Amino acid sequence: MALQTAANTNDPMAEWAGSLEQLKGLVTERALTGETMLLNMGPHHPSTHGVLRLLLELDGEEVITCLPDIGFLHTGIEKNIESKSYEKAVPLTDRMDYLAPMSNNTAYCLAVEKLVGLQVPERAQIMRVICLEMTRLNSHLVWLGTHAIDLGAMSVFLYCFREREELLKMFEMLSGQRMMGSYMRPGGVWRDFPPEFLPMLENFLGYFPSRVDDYEALLTKNPIWMDRTQGVGVIEPEKAMAWGVSGPSLRGSGVAWDLRKSMPYSGYDMFDFNVPVGEHGDVYDRFMVRIREMRESVKIMQQAIKRLPAKGPFRSDNRKFVPPPRAELGQSMEAVIHHFKLWTEGFAAPDEEVFVAIESPRGELGCYLHGTGGNKPRRVHFKTPSFMHISSLPVMTHGHLIADLVAIVGSVDVVLGDCDR
Amino acid sequence: MGIISSKLGNLGVVTTTLDQAINWGRTGAMWPLLFGLACCAIEYMSTQASNYDLSRFGMELNRASPRQADLLIVSGRLTRKMAPVVRQLYDQMAAPKWVIAMGDCASCGGVYNNYAIVQGADEIIPVDVYVAGCPPRPEQLLHGILTLHEKIKGESIRDWAAPVETIRV
Repeated sequence: MALQTAANTNDPMAEWAGSLEQLKGLVTERALTGETMLLNMGPHHPSTHGVLRLLLELDGEEVITCLPDIGFLHTGIEKNIESKSYEKAVPLTDRMDYLAPMSNNTAYCLAVEKLVGLQVPERAQIMRVICLEMTRLNSHLVWLGTHAIDLGAMSVFLYCFREREELLKMFEMLSGQRMMGSYMRPGGVWRDFPPEFLPMLENFLGYFPSRVDDYEALLTKNPIWMDRTQGVGVIEPEKAMAWGVSGPSLRGSGVAWDLRKSMPYSGYDMFDFNVPVGEHGDVYDRFMVRIREMRESVKIMQQAIKRLPAKGPFRSDNRKFVPPPRAELGQSMEAVIHHFKLWTEGFAAPDEEVFVAIESPRGELGCYLHGTGGNKPRRVHFKTPSFMHISSLPVMTHGHLIADLVAIVGSVDVVLGDCDR
Repeated sequence: MGIISSKLGNLGVVTTTLDQAINWGRTGAMWPLLFGLACCAIEYMSTQASNYDLSRFGMELNRASPRQADLLIVSGRLTRKMAPVVRQLYDQMAAPKWVIAMGDCASCGGVYNNYAIVQGADEIIPVDVYVAGCPPRPEQLLHGILTLHEKIKGESIRDWAAPVETIRV
């Protein structure tokens, strides 16, 4: 679908007539005669969470058709990865879904590990689980803050970002960067947890559930919040599955599908946690699912801290794929050779294809990887939840008021970097 | 007059130049456009939120309409599809107006030297301050904003007297 945004001719009406012609079949006949109104929302709009453009057909205030127009943040990340060796592509994956960088890292690293048959030590897997759950909290906090601000609750945003800063401090402690850590690497993680990390995390987990209580005190029983969200944007479970909706948005419709339970990866099967589900599939249930997920994440992290051995490998010791530690370089000629080989040309992967999916904070994040037999992939593709959620927006918004559209777009938690890549 | 002057604390008289008085006002209440592109927009939100508190610099009021905004922060990677939109937003802002290119992508294309990304926001709009980082920390953005304030303090109202040339895209 090509929708014109910029006028190239001097006569604006000519351009408009041309775009109406293009819209035939996408909007109803009533729009072509001018009976219903076509309204452009975005890409610069405060509640589209980035640069999403929606073309709306309105009958009064009622949304008849909603046509999402994506690609305003298309970065060519998949194409760029094709020119990088496997390990050097990790920092690019951070920047797709910029609210959940570690999830992207993990999906990509799991795909690389599957392609070359690399084993990850158990301790590294537990470290990954801790980071993934921190990422989930990080993402859900931004979602809650921006979703609430869209619906007029300003103070929730300030509280959410207060807690998020603590998480970012911990990410910085781990990786040296607040957001784009690139902490996951094929074969494990970049380095061991620094000694001050776990005490800080335990302290955070101690007070975080009471902060979630604070958010709930502001929203859960708030009559304005309930009026704005209950019964809005309902999607039935069958329809949600048919449109590829996943993650908390699918669970809000009552489908208990969570890849951490259904197809465990990175040792999630060792942890005891619940998969919260909603009943009605409306905006309120999606909100409640995410709030309860934050509490479950805290439980998972507390179990992971208990299980984490104090000492042990944080990445694989297979020197063909994982560089040797710095200390070895001064003592072993072999280590120097491995280091040189890995950082100049990288490792080779077979000419095969793999697909790995994980449960990112937004939903199912899949990574398809096709090797060439050489050191660079032939094709990388990410199957991202935001793309699916944006394509399901027309179903969710049909027949609702334009003011509810803001609530619906917020409730499916789209990140345009994740969608457009 | 007695009541008024005692309520004001009898401050007396301050002499200054018109340029300094106007620039003091421009730097003290600069309204940014509520506009985000990618990852840097999240750090921009952090800068606005409780821990870094951009309202210390009179910038807590984001305007969603470019007509009411003074400052455009290009926060994130600028794609070829988005470039005409950003140019239009800039054109719609009323002078005086300033631009901060936040992050490596907006400054020079960053790591994405490919078919999709404009190699720096300065290819389509004039940029006043570049902030490095991927994404920059909130402190870095604050430093960029204060650098812009310094720049504005050196401007004269005559600089903005002539109409700013706009280009139709």
